[in-house]
Amino acid sequence: MSATSARPSPAPPTSGAAFIFKKALISAGVALVLFSLMIGVRTEAGPQGGLIYWTRFGDLAVLVATVFGGSIIVELLRQWWGPVDSDRFVPKPVQTAMAFAGRWLAPALLVFAFLIPVIFYNQRYILDLSILVLTYVMLGWGLNVVVGLAGLLDLGYVAFYAVGAYSYALLATNFGLSFWVCLPLAGILAAFWGVLLGFPVLRLRGDYLAIVTLAFGEIIRLVIINWQSLTGGPNGVSGIPRPTLFGIPLDNSDDGLAAKLGIDFSPTHRIIFLFYLILALALITNWVTIRLRRLPIGRAWEALREDEVACRALGINVTTTKLTAFATGAMFGGFAGAFFATRQGFISPESFTFQESALVLAIVVLGGMGSQLGVALAALTMIGGFELFRGLDQYRMLVFGMAMVLLMIWRPRGLIGHRAPTVFLERNQAISSDLVKEGHG
Amino acid sequence: MDYFAQQLINGLVLGSIYGLIAIGYTMVYGIVGMINFAHGDIFMIGGFIALISFLVLVSFGLTAVPVILLIVLLVSMAITALYGWTIERIAYRPLRHSFRLAPMLSAIGMSFVLTNFSQVSQGARVKPVPPIITGGYTLHEGAAGFAVQLSNIQIVVVLTTIVLLAVFTWIVSRTRLGRDMRACEQDQTMAALLGVDVDRTISMTFVIGAALAAVAGMMYLLYYGLVDFFMGFVAGIKAFTAAVLGGIGSLPGAMLGGLAIGLIETFWSAYFSVEYKDVAAFSILIVVLIFMPTGLLGRPEVEKV
Amino acid sequence: MSDDHILSVDRLMMRFGGIVAVNSLSFTAERRKITALIGPNGAGKTTVFNCITGFYRPSGGALRLVHDDGRAFQLERLGDFRISKLAKVARTFQNIRLFPGMTALENLMVAQHNALMRASGLTFLGLIGAPAWRQAEERAIDLARTWLDRVGLLLRADDAAGNLPYGDQRRLEIARAMCTEPALLCLDEPAAGLNARESGGLNELLLSIRDLGTSILLIEHDMSVVMEISDHVVVMDYGVKIAEGAPQAVRDDPKVIAAYLGADEEEAIAVMESGT
Repeated sequence: MSATSARPSPAPPTSGAAFIFKKALISAGVALVLFSLMIGVRTEAGPQGGLIYWTRFGDLAVLVATVFGGSIIVELLRQWWGPVDSDRFVPKPVQTAMAFAGRWLAPALLVFAFLIPVIFYNQRYILDLSILVLTYVMLGWGLNVVVGLAGLLDLGYVAFYAVGAYSYALLATNFGLSFWVCLPLAGILAAFWGVLLGFPVLRLRGDYLAIVTLAFGEIIRLVIINWQSLTGGPNGVSGIPRPTLFGIPLDNSDDGLAAKLGIDFSPTHRIIFLFYLILALALITNWVTIRLRRLPIGRAWEALREDEVACRALGINVTTTKLTAFATGAMFGGFAGAFFATRQGFISPESFTFQESALVLAIVVLGGMGSQLGVALAALTMIGGFELFRGLDQYRMLVFGMAMVLLMIWRPRGLIGHRAPTVFLERNQAISSDLVKEGHG
Repeated sequence: MDYFAQQLINGLVLGSIYGLIAIGYTMVYGIVGMINFAHGDIFMIGGFIALISFLVLVSFGLTAVPVILLIVLLVSMAITALYGWTIERIAYRPLRHSFRLAPMLSAIGMSFVLTNFSQVSQGARVKPVPPIITGGYTLHEGAAGFAVQLSNIQIVVVLTTIVLLAVFTWIVSRTRLGRDMRACEQDQTMAALLGVDVDRTISMTFVIGAALAAVAGMMYLLYYGLVDFFMGFVAGIKAFTAAVLGGIGSLPGAMLGGLAIGLIETFWSAYFSVEYKDVAAFSILIVVLIFMPTGLLGRPEVEKV
Repeated sequence: MSDDHILSVDRLMMRFGGIVAVNSLSFTAERRKITALIGPNGAGKTTVFNCITGFYRPSGGALRLVHDDGRAFQLERLGDFRISKLAKVARTFQNIRLFPGMTALENLMVAQHNALMRASGLTFLGLIGAPAWRQAEERAIDLARTWLDRVGLLLRADDAAGNLPYGDQRRLEIARAMCTEPALLCLDEPAAGLNARESGGLNELLLSIRDLGTSILLIEHDMSVVMEISDHVVVMDYGVKIAEGAPQAVRDDPKVIAAYLGADEEEAIAVMESGT
């Protein structure tokens, strides 16, 4: 499919010092133009309100030099590696090793997850981080139903997360309903919204569906911001009740859990409770998804991803099948949202931006579209990686964006590039992702 | 009636800006079949470059406004076009024959990179500029003291849009590059076999789209008198809405869709509520896609079985 | 309309814009017989198929399907997936449409979607692993195994469909259609791309499907297939029926020969040679 192959022209040299130097020089030249004004000149509103500027030619020079050096290194690496293809980057033995690792990695991770509160009992930071990672694991698994299994590209997943969070927050603060009553309600409401959105738009294909879901996510956020009497607008909802252990609060009051058990109260108890709560929710999501894959509905989702026309010819109602996928994913998002609200005690529209949707989608795609383990690993990598750059606050999204681009170039098929069959006669053998389709919706 | 006329003018001006951005979306979609998510941010970069070059020129002591504007226009078009070229080269070209989601995620990543690049390099605060083009005409003196105004800047925006659109239509319909672009849109493999340099044609598509977005960015700066690092996101979605509304892949459609979105947004703000203007625009997107999936001027897609 | 017609096509019209692809076409397909629909390229055969299987909504005319038990369906009113689900019409595609990333067995399981959905209590019984669901799943796997065996793919049951050789994919698609337990099986050029040996195997497979009680409607270019297995042949050209009858009679019909000669020399030769 190479475009240039059609022309019998003498191939330009693609190696040698002169070639590398020339290429680096071009890159540096491009960088110089790109950065000349954006880096070389810094603007700011001055004390009198007008704009002032100052120059930063030093920074500009450093950046251009970095691009020059980086270009040389990249080119050297490329020649050392040979032509870029994914087999070369991930050698076959490594791929089989990864598939093998998959067998014991999942149980090992599970055991480790259960032990985290024991191992890191006094390390609040790690516990908080684990809860955050698990929340994204759950969101990833929820979105995986929609994107990974059914092949429907949803860029507004955060809307359902928001619906779940606001459902719990508003039901709890206005009507005093407990977390355990609101949790299923939040899921149902989110699923309801999923159906409401899905019903008209699921006929759309491909990128259109993506952009409509994105618009829907934005609509939900804008409505939350502007419907101040209900949602508190940009100020959000505060004073959301903390979860209780089926009615027993986790505080230092007389009827709190600590007092009842006769042990000293510690705020860590609540954190650990939250940890196991999200772990349980995530595992339920995982269990349900694995079960669903082996049921006709799950197989229909995957068949839909593979070939919608063939599904219709086999008598599958494409619309309801898509709707169930959408609603199931939305429901899990709603559960996660309710958990988020109770954990934070405060929610505002700022938590439900497009960046969140993109982050969860990146987790699903990096995980390998449909692989449960892959999604968990991707969530760990992404959120962990995010934490590494916590110090460089304003560079965080910059690095995240670059990482997304590089990851897509490196592994467009994600970390786990295999699909496990849902049923087999003799051999349970994984299917290479090269064969697996990605859906049109 | 006067109020209505005023809103009509405002809506057309806003629509011209959306239309210029929408052309970039529609061209890229037509030729490579992907939503260039970073295009809204290209528009934002264009606005910033216009702002900075304007400041630098003024501090050099240039005072002739038309000369300044012309230089700013050319500089921001040139540099922003290079951004478009670089992004295609780095983030999209390696993924051209990859699976469908990859370029889209790469584009979302690139959008984050651009947004945060300008936040890091230029700061998060809104950048205001004093009005550069002032004055205007009063078209009609209303009864209740309300006058229909047509400002010079509005004239400049609309005229620039018309001129660029004419130039651009000429490029696509009359030049060799335009022919190559249309060929690639139909069938890249066949175009390559017939000697069209597909890589170069796609690059040029991105370059032209970015240049037009830069113009839109500059017009936005002149019209609203400010830029900020986050303005690309919402403008981008709306321009994409415009492209879809007009029928994605269709150039006159993009302009028409841009005008429609501009008018809808302006009238909604004027007669209903400013807060929900974006909700209105996005709802239109959803409604159009449901009832008119091919848009106003798009070609219907026949399902092959 | 007598009872031994499973499908009666009555004055079927299909227009695309100003183009009339199928013009007032009428024919019938007999129960437990193989009916072939032939004609030069562009005659409108696949369009007829798409109307029968619900991918196109006909511009006019009636498509009546009668089950063995006497239940009748007006296909032009059902549309889309209901034609397969209720009227039990299954089809294959000219360019194979399997689920390439799923195994052969999974492909056949998807085909039993509607039966399995009922058995799984619309998923809820299945989610809790109810015994009734488990039995239904066992039966579904058995049916799939039976068909894999019939098309000779039992040993490749756990291979990805996309990894199978071309001929195997063709047969798997037929097996998948049969797993919907259809009353009428519509095959769009099943022999395309097959070599002589595979083509012979296909003939036997189709005859055995007919003998099991399923009626077959067939579009085919391979005249050896058509002449060998069809019970009845309908010839189309430019959207209208130009001849119909027993294979021998149709082959000698001058109008048919003229249509093929006018359209495509190779095919005309194929028609004439197949008789000698």
